[in-house]
Amino acid sequence: MSRMQRRVQQGDERVFLSLRAVLMIGLAILFLFPIVFMFVASFKTDETELLTSVRSVEAFLPVGQLGLENYQGVFDRVPAPQFIFNSLITTFATVILGLIVNSMAGFALSRLHWRGRDGVLTVIIATLIVPFETIAIPLLFVVIRLPWIWFSPETGLQLEWGWLNTYHVQVLPFVVNAFSIFLFVQYFKSLPIDFDEAARVDGASWFAIYRRVILPLSGPVIATVAILTFLPMWNAYLWPLMVTQTEAIRPVMVGLQYFFQLNVAWGEIMAYLSLITVPVLVLFLLLQRAFVESIAASGVKG
Amino acid sequence: MSAPAAPARAPRTAAVAHRGDAKWGWLMAGPAIVLVITFLIAPFVMAFWLSLTNARLISPNAPEFTGADNFTRLLGVQLLTLDPERDAAGAIVLDEAGAPSYPSIRSFTRNKETFPQYAGMQEWFTVGLGDTRHVVLASDTVFMKSLVNTIAFAIVIVPLQSAFGLLLALLVNRRTRGVNAFRTIYFIPVVMSMVVISILWKFLYSPNEGMVNSFFSAITLGAFQPVDWLGNPTTALPAVMFMSMWQAVGFHMIIWLSGLQTIPPELYEAAGLDGAGRVAAFRNVTWPGLRNTSVFILITITIAAFGLFTQIDVMTRGGPLDATSTVVYQAVQQGFRTQDMGYGAAISVVFFVLVLIVALIQRRLTREARG
Repeated sequence: MSRMQRRVQQGDERVFLSLRAVLMIGLAILFLFPIVFMFVASFKTDETELLTSVRSVEAFLPVGQLGLENYQGVFDRVPAPQFIFNSLITTFATVILGLIVNSMAGFALSRLHWRGRDGVLTVIIATLIVPFETIAIPLLFVVIRLPWIWFSPETGLQLEWGWLNTYHVQVLPFVVNAFSIFLFVQYFKSLPIDFDEAARVDGASWFAIYRRVILPLSGPVIATVAILTFLPMWNAYLWPLMVTQTEAIRPVMVGLQYFFQLNVAWGEIMAYLSLITVPVLVLFLLLQRAFVESIAASGVKG
Repeated sequence: MSAPAAPARAPRTAAVAHRGDAKWGWLMAGPAIVLVITFLIAPFVMAFWLSLTNARLISPNAPEFTGADNFTRLLGVQLLTLDPERDAAGAIVLDEAGAPSYPSIRSFTRNKETFPQYAGMQEWFTVGLGDTRHVVLASDTVFMKSLVNTIAFAIVIVPLQSAFGLLLALLVNRRTRGVNAFRTIYFIPVVMSMVVISILWKFLYSPNEGMVNSFFSAITLGAFQPVDWLGNPTTALPAVMFMSMWQAVGFHMIIWLSGLQTIPPELYEAAGLDGAGRVAAFRNVTWPGLRNTSVFILITITIAAFGLFTQIDVMTRGGPLDATSTVVYQAVQQGFRTQDMGYGAAISVVFFVLVLIVALIQRRLTREARG
């Protein structure tokens, strides 16, 4: 290769690399601008200023009247702490119960030998193909008719029909997740079986082995399942929209509709959006690797 | 994930260890089995049964079996051929504007005695061939439009989003620190709620204070006329398509990326030695190596696209003029908002059939890919 040719090639390479850099930066702007705008606008207390700022770069800059009034307005308009509390309760209940139920099932379906095991596993894996949207409507029909028993010291045991407007209607249908079970089964299969067989011969119960031998070794898969349960629960919309009718029980995403009744104040809306999004984004940035790997794991099931 | 080969062990140990497994097996898998039956299998089976009844969401009366009524109401389609009206001499009657005049569609759809097959139907669309008009009538035109919108959404989204995702993956497929930041940025919308994103984009798309309009007007130096993106039947669905891709493409970037990383670097070195340029290397090394990834990506995007609901519910409520109504949106409208459970269940069944068709195609394709 002559020196001339090489120089041309290096020139090409440089053009290619700078084009790529320009493209990457342009795309980064495309993905970030709505989020930056949301956050910046949430501090702009003058609604007219906010609405005119979108005609220029000012939309993304903290200029004009700034303050926390929009956040104050959010709390005046809706019971935001209640919504956040409801979302936290239902999300964490689902994550914890899901980890317990799905890991136990994954354990039984991977490390124990019992008749019916393969059948159960096949049925569970087969349900992966049913999207939630297919069963949402009939599920609504079911939960309206389910009984619930609860106990209070004043009235004793009580039986109630219908699950609408409760925490458990937002939690229990999402505890079992076929994909989580699948992930646990895969992971548990990769652990050597000798551990538990030795412990068994020494007289340990299967539950003790699950609890003391297997779970302590399962950090990575527990993190994956927790993240994959957390995100859709925090972001849930369709189901809580149908089964919650009071502010006392509604989660954050459904709470958004209160901002579109009566006078719409975009500053307050942006403040509320920031309030329910920024914590998740911070969590994501802190645990980036775990998030990306978990979500990539949901892509290898094919 | 491949398990390490289990070392040979005394079969007696295994036998002793697994004595009584059945009890523990059912006990530990029990909660999951009960929950799967209650919240997944039962409603799934109920969808089929309810779709054959006139069940209401809340009603003191027991549902009655109505056979395929819901499905004929949902999917009923008839072709009506209209010839222009002619006078006694056989010449075509023209209206004031000089266009041929036709018998009204209502004279067919509101005439139960003579035309029972058209009763209660509405015009879905009309094709004119010569002087004859072919009117396609549907019993539920809103659902038909929703079905078409849903499929159109999938047809546009699937190739665009997978191509765009691949482009992003190729851009960030390097192990330098700066690149990692871009990967993170492209991925951010994936962890955000679709409700939040829908409201943000609803604002960005708004006709007067929307940033999309200001952007186009700025780059065209004011020549661009503001568009009411979500309020105009022709732009509403494309606008939803764009923001949906914006949200989900980072997810598919990650999937493509894990596919790219399974391609051995030696293949690129070999291609480089053979003098292959970037394009040739992509065509001969990268693309064949991504075969399985691409099938998976096509399927996940298609199924997600069929489930289009949140964006519609938040941004457009199916409007304007049903231009953005979708199958799942209709299922929720009918089954939940108007409490017509039987009809909503029938829509759910139709939706499931759509998904099933896609899943069967996927099996076909993956089997071919494996040879």
